[in-house]
Amino acid sequence: MTILLQQLVLGVLIGGLYGLAAAGLSLIFGVMKVLNVAHGELIMLGGYGAFWLFALGGVDPFLALVLVIPAALVGGAILYWGLFGWVVRYHEETRVKNSLLIGFGLGLALHALAVQLWTADERSVTTAYGGNVLSVAGISIPVVRLLSLVVAFALIGGLHLLLARWRWGRAIRATADDWEAALMTGIDVRRAYLLAFALGTGLAGAAGTLVSVGYSVSPSIGLEWTLKALIVVVLAGLGSMLGTFVGGLVLGVAEACSAMAFGGPYREVVGLVIFFIVLVARPQGIFAK
Amino acid sequence: MLHVDRVEASYGPFLALAGATLEVGRGEIVALLGPNGAGKTTLIRCVAGLLRPRAGEIRWDGASLGGVAAHQIVERGIAVVPEGRRLFTTMTIEEHLELGAFAPHAHADKAARRDEVYTVFPVLRERRRQLVRALSGGQQQMVAIGRALMAAPRLLILDEPSLGLAPRVVDAILGVLGDINRRGVSILLVEQNVHAALALAHRGYILESGRVVGSGTGAGLMDDPHVKRAYLGPLA
Repeated sequence: MTILLQQLVLGVLIGGLYGLAAAGLSLIFGVMKVLNVAHGELIMLGGYGAFWLFALGGVDPFLALVLVIPAALVGGAILYWGLFGWVVRYHEETRVKNSLLIGFGLGLALHALAVQLWTADERSVTTAYGGNVLSVAGISIPVVRLLSLVVAFALIGGLHLLLARWRWGRAIRATADDWEAALMTGIDVRRAYLLAFALGTGLAGAAGTLVSVGYSVSPSIGLEWTLKALIVVVLAGLGSMLGTFVGGLVLGVAEACSAMAFGGPYREVVGLVIFFIVLVARPQGIFAK
Repeated sequence: MLHVDRVEASYGPFLALAGATLEVGRGEIVALLGPNGAGKTTLIRCVAGLLRPRAGEIRWDGASLGGVAAHQIVERGIAVVPEGRRLFTTMTIEEHLELGAFAPHAHADKAARRDEVYTVFPVLRERRRQLVRALSGGQQQMVAIGRALMAAPRLLILDEPSLGLAPRVVDAILGVLGDINRRGVSILLVEQNVHAALALAHRGYILESGRVVGSGTGAGLMDDPHVKRAYLGPLA
């Protein structure tokens, strides 16, 4: 029983990061109808950002968010201007295809660049408090992972508020819903795209930072994180950031359960099985209205 | 105010507008009539900047709208109530009106304009916190018109505002258009309900196969034999 609970807790802890990773992808896809399969590589870069800030500057990784997120926002804006902004000139069906090509190319390039710059070694941020563990009723909770979950939830909540209250947040939602109607309402849809892409990339940077603390980064983690994010997006459906976060938790717990039941190697399989089942049974996502 | 001058537009190889010419003057209500597929919606999309004409020119206050982005056309004072309303499904009435005033020029006195919209459509004030999908078709049309009015337009373009609505609701909505016009907003109205549209409009145009084939005053068009035969039917 304790072992099961322990696994469930670890599942929830990683699930929060899945949710955060997926929120950025979901926002970009929902608004621009562009699938950025290099999202995982952006998470990887965020992780390296936090790692080097810690290794070279001694910056606490949770404090590093204050630097990594703005840097990722700017990076996202540059990627939009240079690459993805060209795709949105096309019809929605062609956008996805073109964005897949661009995303795969960008992902490969970033992966290769990371190997060149930082070697293929796994790195992680090991703070002085990194080994601290909370013990509750025989279950141990790694403090940094718990903090990561809280931060991930706070960021998702912040994004939710931004989309609900901010003038441009509403414009982003309107654009996601019906971009032509948004244009006729006087919204500069291209700017809404830019903002959504930058925000999504900012979230990727934040997710990467948290990954580097509780887990580890290497140049090759990108694809895995893209895949997790994609599964969560399919699971949760588009349109609700809080739903995406819950979807992340569900995936984390499901992985933990299957690792318990079938052994560690099957951990990755369960996500794909969920992916398949949801696509067949409820393609609009579990939480989509 | 608005001059549409020999505009041609196409979707791929299909020519939807074959040199349409019309104008809307200050303070006017102009009806644009014609059968399905005549190019009425295409013409509106061209004016709104959603579709680039292949030839011809659209002028607003004497300046060409060629190359002006759709959201900037709203800033210049043209607001469109699109066919099928095109509301934002996840938003409340209040949020629609808020977004309607998105353009910088409409931002300043939006509270006063929101009150005006609520005065014209009191039911929207009552239900302002509700999602628009919970509303009836007529109420949704009111939201669409309210959203457009929030942009402080000098020209309001409506594409089939009565489509799918009960006759009583249609009367109410068309009646409101008269009020809006008396407050100084020019109106270009595309309507299937030819009788009601011509009764309301100062002038009208008949669009067929992408061309304007007839025009005149509202009363004049209502007596026109071609209009009578083709649009008003034997009962009119």
